[in-house]
Parts: sequence; C-alpha cells; structure tokens
Amino acid sequence: MKLSRRTKIGATIATASILALVATGCSSSAGGGTKVDTKTPITLTLATFNNFGYSKELLASYHKLHPNITIVSKIAATSDAAETNLFTKLAAGSGLGDIEAVDGDWMPKVKQYATKFEDLASADNKGRYSTFKTAGGTVSGKEIGLGTDIGPEAVCYRSDLFKKAGLPTDPTAVAGLLSGDWAHYYQVGQQFAAKNTGAAWFDSAGATFQGLANQYANFFESSDGSVVATTNPDVKAAFYSVLAASKTDSSHLQEWSTDWATGMAKGAWATMLCPPWMLGSIQQDSPKVTDWNVADVFPNGGGNWGGSYLLVPSQGKHLAEAKAFTDWLTAPAQQLAAFKTAGNFPSQVSTYTSSALLDSTNAFFNNAPTGKIFVNRAKAFTFVPFKGIHYGDIMTVVQNGLTRVETKKQTVDASWAQVVKEIKALG
Amino acid sequence: MTTSALRAKPRTPRRIAFSQKLGRWDVKISPYLYVSPFFIVFAVVGLFPLLYTAWVSLHKWDLIAGQGPWVGLDNFTFVLGQDQFWEALRNTLSIFLLSSVPQILLALLIAAVLDNNLRGSTFWRMSVLLPYIIMPVAVGLIFGQLFADKYGLINNLLGHIGIPAIGWHTDAFSAQIAIATMVNFRWTGYNALILLAGMQAIPRDLYESAAIDGAGRLRRFFSITIPQLRPTMIFVIITATIGGLQIFDEPTVFDQYGTGGADHQYLTLTMYLHNIGWQQLDFGRASAIAWLLFVVIILIGLINLAITRRIASNEGRLR
Repeated sequence: MKLSRRTKIGATIATASILALVATGCSSSAGGGTKVDTKTPITLTLATFNNFGYSKELLASYHKLHPNITIVSKIAATSDAAETNLFTKLAAGSGLGDIEAVDGDWMPKVKQYATKFEDLASADNKGRYSTFKTAGGTVSGKEIGLGTDIGPEAVCYRSDLFKKAGLPTDPTAVAGLLSGDWAHYYQVGQQFAAKNTGAAWFDSAGATFQGLANQYANFFESSDGSVVATTNPDVKAAFYSVLAASKTDSSHLQEWSTDWATGMAKGAWATMLCPPWMLGSIQQDSPKVTDWNVADVFPNGGGNWGGSYLLVPSQGKHLAEAKAFTDWLTAPAQQLAAFKTAGNFPSQVSTYTSSALLDSTNAFFNNAPTGKIFVNRAKAFTFVPFKGIHYGDIMTVVQNGLTRVETKKQTVDASWAQVVKEIKALG
Repeated sequence: MTTSALRAKPRTPRRIAFSQKLGRWDVKISPYLYVSPFFIVFAVVGLFPLLYTAWVSLHKWDLIAGQGPWVGLDNFTFVLGQDQFWEALRNTLSIFLLSSVPQILLALLIAAVLDNNLRGSTFWRMSVLLPYIIMPVAVGLIFGQLFADKYGLINNLLGHIGIPAIGWHTDAFSAQIAIATMVNFRWTGYNALILLAGMQAIPRDLYESAAIDGAGRLRRFFSITIPQLRPTMIFVIITATIGGLQIFDEPTVFDQYGTGGADHQYLTLTMYLHNIGWQQLDFGRASAIAWLLFVVIILIGLINLAITRRIASNEGRLR
C-alpha cells in the first residue's frame, strides 16, 4: 500500500531462495473446488505488507461468519520484501499465500502473469471500486486484483514553521494560499525560504516529482506499453522544473532515508505531499511534533499516490474459499474498519458518503477532518497515469537522477543525460 | 567319489574367487562410496544449479514465464556493454580490497593477542565472535544511523573537531569505506578465531627453542607463527575472497532502496544480479552476470593463491 522502502530484508530472503528456486523448477498447481466448502476446517493464509489495517478482531469476525475457516495473517516488513517474495514463489510454483497483497506500483509487472491468478469479478463486487482502481486490477477482462486502498494526495504542513515565516496557519487559509499550479507552490516556497526559518519548503525533489508524475495520463509509457520517458517533453520539463525549485525550496534529504526520518522529527521542512498512508509515516517519524496539519489542497488539482490490491494465486488449494474471503475483506464495511485501524483510505466509492468516513478526524494532525479532506481529494482527480511493466524501474532511474543533483554530484544536464542512457538500457 | 563331491570341488575355488573379488572391490570402491555423499549433495545443490544457470544464460528467460528463445551469447554481450556492470565490478573489487586486507591483518593481530595466556580467555574469544552473530540487517540499521550524511553520529563528531561532514552515501570512496567497515565489523572476529585455532596447533617447543636461541616476540611471530600458519592463512584468504566478491547484505542495507546509490556508488555485482533478476525479472541476463561473477571469483582466487603461496614460502626461507 505504499512506496516505503525501509530496510531491504526482502533482498536477504531472496539470496537464500535463489538456490531453492533453481532446484525446485516448476510444479503443477493443485486446483481447488469451485464450490465453497462450509464443513471441512480450512486455513487461509493472507499475505500482506506494512500495515493494511486488518486487525485480529476483523479477521476473527470472518471466522465467526464461517466457523470452518481460520485466517492466518502473514505480514512482510516492506512492499519490496513482499514483491521479492511474490515473484520468487510465483516462479517456484508454490509457497504463496492463499491471498496475496500487491502494491499498485508493481501491479503492472504482476499483470503480465494474469494466467497464474484467479478471476475475482463477481456480481457482488461489481462497481464497488473507483473506475481507475478496477481498471488497474483487470487484464483484458479478467479482474485478478480487488482494490484495497487508494492514495488521494493532500498537503501536510507544519503550522509552527508557517507562523515563523508569517504565513497563515489555519488549514482553510493554507488551502487558499496553496491553491494553484506547481509554479505557484514553488513560488510560495521561495517566499517561505526568504524568511530564513531554518527549514526548507518541501522534503525532497524526489517526493515532489512523484506528485507531478501522477498527474499525466501517459508519463513514462504510452498506453500500448512502449517507453516514452526519454522523448516525452513532460518528463524532462518536470525533471528540470522540480530541480530548479529544489535549489531554494528543498531540504535535499532523500525520501525514506535515515536522514529524512530524522529531518521529519527535527522540522527540516514545512510542507510535504501527503497521501493518507503518509500520515502514518509522519506520525511514526516525528511522534513529538504537535504542529502537523493537513490542508485540503494539492498543486495543480489532484493526484493519486499508492494503493494496493488483493489477489488469489491459482497455485492455492482453496480457491473458492479464498475468493469469497477476498470479496468480503474488500467490501466497504471491512475497508472502513481498516481505515479506522491504519488510515488506509478505502477505494470503495460507497464509503465516500458514509458518515463513518466523513466524520473521522486525526488527533495527531490537530484533529484535522481527514475523512472529509481525503474524500474531497479523491474527487479532485479523474484519472491515474498509465503504468506499464517498466514504470517502477524507470521511476527508480529518474529518482536516482534527482538525487544526484540534490546531493551536488552532477549538474542537471549531466544527470538528465545519464537518466536517458539508463532508461534506454532497461529495454 | 560322488557326483556331489565332484561338483563341490570346482565350486569352492569359484566362491573364494568371488569373495576375493568382493574384497578387492571393497578396497577399491569403498573409499569412494564413503566420500560420495558429499559429491552427490554437491552435484545436486552445487553443480546442477551451476550448469542450469549456464543453460539459462544462453536463453531469453523470464523469471516467471520461464524459458524463451535461444539467444546464444546475447545476454553476455548485453551485460558486458552496460556501464553498470563495470561500475559494479569496480565497486566489488574496491570494497573487497578495503574490507579483506585490513580484516585479515587485524584478525591476525587479534588472534596473536588471544594466543597469549590471557585471564578469562573464553570470555575474550566469545566477545570477538559477538558481531558475527548479529543479523546483517541489524548491523545495517546501526551503521545507517552512524553513517547518515546529515544527522549521523560520525559526521556529528567530526563537526565538533572542525572537520567538514563527509558524504558517506554520496561520495563513492567514502561510501565504500563505510560499507567495508560494516563488513569488517562482522567478519574480523570470525577470521580471528580460525587463525587462533591454527596458532594453537603450532607446536609450543618451536617457540621455546626459538626463545632459547634468543629470538624476540616479533621475530618469533614472523619466523614461526606466520610460516606455520600458512594452510590456515590460505583457507582464510580464499574464503574471505569468495565472501568479499559476493558481498550483498551490507551494501543492500546501507540505504533504504537497496539499489546501490543514486550514482551506483556502491552497487556490487551480486546487487546488480539481484536488480536484473528480481526487479526486472530477466533471469537470462541475471544468469549471465552470475557466470561472469563466477569467472571473476576464480581469477581472483587463483591470483590470491599464487600471492599467498609466495609470501608464505618467502617467509619460510627467513627461518
């Protein structure tokens, strides 16, 4: 459900499994029945990562509804660890959970192997999710992924630093101040920088670039999957404009790094782009800061960053039961429960009118009405960019390019030249 | 004479001949049978993957979808044409040298100290092994805090004595020193214990007679300990070489991305292999890298062996 790349435990697991992978080769999948069995005791493994908000109580309540089914939860530390695990075991032909969580950013890669997953479409879950969410989980008519959460972006800000710089501190006033395009956001940043508060305007060029990247229909790849990142003028313009702003506006601390986490606690920047799942990271890294708030605004409209799916691999033994459970777990009521537990914003459209969501506030963010804000932010964007199989790899290359300039290793031009070269080598 | 006796007569020598044959086979074959479990296990978990990887490297091969068309040496030409491969090779060799050399020298020193009659020797021996049993990921987290560029402890201390902050993650050489420090932290004690075991096996009377002849501590160390330690040294150096060239954990946990730095400052060959195989899902190219790494390790191993032999025998002559 998020792009967090803290610690690379997954990689270590991968090394250990290289041998296993080579030795096991392929094994045939054991097909399951088509009817839901209500008598035989069955254990279903639910494999997720980070925090999906599926509490023990929530999973136990399914056991109450279906006394013969027990849910065992397996949680990987990071999205990366889950990715490595999924591909390794998919290649081995066994070992995956009955239900596997997949991050929206590497979903395109998984979609290449749609034959290895079950079709989850049913009359029950038809039209339950935002259109873009359903499209992201569907491969030529086969719906292999049911949506869990989405990441409509807002802006988080530190009211103490805003006050120091003589800017408004009230969320509504801040939303008014920041409403506009990216150039306007950078410009306010320059005003802020001129006041010498000791803090930067935003955290890093890399994080800000994510905000821009999610506002184009085709950014890195055209809809037929061919890579256009090196020729698309929008990419180059975004790269150059973010880095131009970075000179005065950025704290130059690379997102997710140790310094970034420390910087969060020390107030090294005043604003950051904020999908709902980011609120958890902010609270975790700066637990003692009391001045965080969320403004119902986003530069140049809206955007979606992150969000996940649940899939049922065909190699499982209880396919019918796993499908029924996935359907239940991604239903509005359960997604609202997950939102309450971990703040993962539901992708189920019917929840956006529910008072349980609209009335929810976040105590850490000075009781900001996060439910209302993110429902608004979800309405602010109408599409998400096309993400093909190379999206993640290209994003890594571009992020590296941004970091090289922010750490003064290269000039903007030299870095862009290297980005172009490395993207071409991905093919 | 009955017919049965007649029959029995020629039968007896035949039976003897057979049992003799069995005996001879026993002598000839049994030793091989006794060592065979190792080779059978090696063939399954070592040789088979090696040959299978070679087979994979000659195809276009998706990690999940499996075997594609035969591409000959295309995967090798692609990999050899990538800047990243050469950067990774450079980094691997550089981190290997920065870690192995100080590591073995330090291990030798620690072993020599521990070889003396210290009070509570078991305690000291256990403590040098302690870093080895800490999980690499935990080591990564600790060193991540120490070597953070802006708020790290080391840069903080350097700031107090007026030395400008070092770009532990941005500068290639500094990053590699930081990673080598993590490697040394973990492996020095382990190697020290192996060297110590070797030292303890050296007959004490050699030292005694040398001492009677008037040899000092240093002289005894260089003229007895080092030459006598030759087989252990060769073992330690070869395992350190293999481990050093396959370095993966430390540079991977050195940042939160595990991709070897924005400018591939600390991308090693195994990390490059992992990125290609498990991020880009190209198993064919990953296998090609695995074979190139294998060749590199053999080459360096041979060079190492030659150097080690020469050093050890030169010092032998000093005696």
